[in-house]
Amino acid sequence: MQIDEKESTMDRVKVGLAKRYRREKRFRLFGLGAIVASISFLGLLFVTIGANGWSAFQQTEILLDISFDGEQFDVDNLSSANYGALVKNSMRSLFPEVKGRTDKRKLYKLVSTGASYVLRKMVREDTGIIGTTMKIWLPADDEVDMFLKGYIQRDVPESDRRLSDKQVDWIDRLVADNRLEKKLNTTFFTAGDSREPELAGIRGAVVGSLFTLAVTLLLAFPIGVATAVYLEEFAPRNKWTDLIEVNINNLAAVPSIVFGLLGLAVFLNVLGMPRSAPLVGGLVLTLMTLPTIIIASRASLKSVPPSIREAALGVGASKMQAITHHILPLALPGMMTGTIIGMAQALGETAPLLMIGMVAFIVDVSGSVTDPSTVLPVQIYLWADSPERAFVERTSAAIMILLAFLISMNAIAVFLRRKFERRW
Amino acid sequence: MSASFFLVILLGLASLAYMQGKRRAFSVAGGVTGSASLHSRPGYYGMLTAVWCVLPALLIFGFWMAFSDSILTGLALKTLPASMQGLSADQSNLLVNDLRNLVAGHVAARDIDPVLQQAALQYQGMERIGRIALGVVMLSMALFSASFVYIRIRPEMRARNHVERIVQGGLVLCSTIAILTTIGIVLSVLFESIRFFQHISVTDFLFGLKWSPQMAMRADQAGSSGSFGAVPVLAGTFMISGIALTVAVPIGLMSAIYLSEYASSQVRAWAKPIMEILAGVPTVVYGFFAALVVAPFIRNGGGMFGLNVSSESALAAGLVMGIMIIPFVSSLSDDVINAVPQAMRDGSYGLGATKSETITNVIIPAALPGIVGGVLLAASRAIGETMIVVMAAGLSANLTANPLQAVTTVTVQIVTLLVGDQEFDSPKTLVAFALGLLLFIVTLFLNVVALYIVRKYREEYE
Repeated sequence: MQIDEKESTMDRVKVGLAKRYRREKRFRLFGLGAIVASISFLGLLFVTIGANGWSAFQQTEILLDISFDGEQFDVDNLSSANYGALVKNSMRSLFPEVKGRTDKRKLYKLVSTGASYVLRKMVREDTGIIGTTMKIWLPADDEVDMFLKGYIQRDVPESDRRLSDKQVDWIDRLVADNRLEKKLNTTFFTAGDSREPELAGIRGAVVGSLFTLAVTLLLAFPIGVATAVYLEEFAPRNKWTDLIEVNINNLAAVPSIVFGLLGLAVFLNVLGMPRSAPLVGGLVLTLMTLPTIIIASRASLKSVPPSIREAALGVGASKMQAITHHILPLALPGMMTGTIIGMAQALGETAPLLMIGMVAFIVDVSGSVTDPSTVLPVQIYLWADSPERAFVERTSAAIMILLAFLISMNAIAVFLRRKFERRW
Repeated sequence: MSASFFLVILLGLASLAYMQGKRRAFSVAGGVTGSASLHSRPGYYGMLTAVWCVLPALLIFGFWMAFSDSILTGLALKTLPASMQGLSADQSNLLVNDLRNLVAGHVAARDIDPVLQQAALQYQGMERIGRIALGVVMLSMALFSASFVYIRIRPEMRARNHVERIVQGGLVLCSTIAILTTIGIVLSVLFESIRFFQHISVTDFLFGLKWSPQMAMRADQAGSSGSFGAVPVLAGTFMISGIALTVAVPIGLMSAIYLSEYASSQVRAWAKPIMEILAGVPTVVYGFFAALVVAPFIRNGGGMFGLNVSSESALAAGLVMGIMIIPFVSSLSDDVINAVPQAMRDGSYGLGATKSETITNVIIPAALPGIVGGVLLAASRAIGETMIVVMAAGLSANLTANPLQAVTTVTVQIVTLLVGDQEFDSPKTLVAFALGLLLFIVTLFLNVVALYIVRKYREEYE
């Protein structure tokens, strides 16, 4: 009877065993699948951005023989000359058979409207070129650029294409003459925003981002560290400090757009600060990143062993001296790591900056923290909204730049942590 | 002479004060040999002098910066003739704006009233005088307070304690900024919301079924009823967040389980940082990805099955948002799973349970409160997320349960209503603040509950 019962238990276990092992295996595969899924999402994201964006670093340029006709220029007023006509003349001489206004207009459209600015700049820098004829590489129109990069297909019907059959013919002839080439896109790095994709660059946005981050860093780091030091080293345990702590934890989870509403209502409407300025953007981002910095700094202060504090106090240092001479230097790498991570957050933030008007279309590169400006993520948002096909690759390229900044900031943070990490 | 110029001078004065204070400390103590008789180290005497040199002057400077504009504007308006005073609030606002533009040198296109021009000139003149006065007052205050401390330096003066007290006061001041921020947020959204609720009743806002914030300019205009029922907007928000959570919770939880229970330490060392990158990618990038890749993919996929999918479907935005919050769920779950005591696992293994049975029957139930807290935090993150929905979800407020249709969210509406030129007296703009208040309350509630659960849970195993 006893033996019988024991056997039956073992049997029951054995019967179910294969099934349980299968379930175990399945569960494990689910787990692995979840990780593979999230990593492949990330991979897909990066590959899409990279595949769309790499071509933006090249820009089609067109080689034209420009004759700087002396009659066109008034030496005292160089900007009055009709630089567009120089380009048009040159195009006409390349394609003398093109007649009729519509056809001519189509022909001129192959060259970017920015070509005349390039010529104007050349003449301004060296008036000696007036009267000569030069071969100059000028930016081509974005549609030509898209065609050469293969985004506009040749075999679709003419009505579905942004370029007409005639224009495609001309482009083919230009390519055959080696007059149309893809070159390194320097405009993208040196220009501000523009409605024309071939003239649009990220410099204005990068400078705006740098100004905004500088303001954020200058305010958030000292205030964050000071708050952390107070809460960790001086604050008595009472209701007031509890309130501050709960507050900081909650602020860390408040949606970023709410900080934008605060900026709009307080900084712009009540205090009357300028719209679209990196100064206000920096203030809003300071409030947003403060909780991150405070929390990281407190963790870093906590990790300094009490023996160091006690040794300093023991040899007669005041509390403040123990902190400034011994604890802060030891906690600083951790604080800096937290600050860099907070700065990376601030660099990628868009929504609150839309609220304070940093979404305006600004062509000039700003020169100070109160000039209107835009920032890199907002520029990405603006370009992503633009209908031109050429802005898709520029958006992706701007994202690549932004990600490059973020990755290097995070790499610095990781490096700092590795280098200064101490086990006590 | 710009204002920053004064600050540079002040900085120079401060360093001078530091050196003089330090030297004076040595001299009253009778040279280097006698410096042992000083109460504090000589540097502290210098620091005290410098601090007193800077602080009062900075206070004056800050006061001027904050109030000069309103004082000067008021004075300039007083010079206007009686006919231009005593206008309604709107008109005088307009007047003040014109004045500011004139002062800033933005030439208005229309003709300028010579009286106003006179007032602007007056403003500029007073500003110039005011600035010079500011410089004189600031710098003399700095000199006065620094020398006040300077002549008081004695060996028995407790300079270090003074300096430390001032520094500590600064620390306290910094730590109140967190509180001030919260108060600022609450007040700013509350004030504008109250102004909104003077136009539209609270019940109409919270329970109204129609959202169409565009106000009619003329009475006969069609399609602009100006109705502010938040229900469709809230429904859209919850639908997109729901989709995001159905993506993120299983994936995040399973990857946390795999990483903490199955993966070797090497796999863990690689996979964890890679997953963290997902959290570090800016949301505007996700938004672009959703609009460029995911939305067309879903539309084409739906088209193959004969479904009519909107190009701004809730599904696309929700899916991408789900990917974004995977790391929140996984890292928070990872923490709580690791906090489950090893003894509980060992007990389960000892009874013959397989690893997956231990996880589903022992670890997850034990870690459940923490996991729920993490999911709530992720939900609050999803509700407050802006850029993905702005770029991938639509503007049309459909009250629908179909994830293939376009819906709109609270954050999208805030952005569309507040970006661009605003007039702060129409319900159309003010409703954005009411939505912001709603958003703040909902996320605050979720956060408080989540933080409470997580803290309670942690205490249980510590």
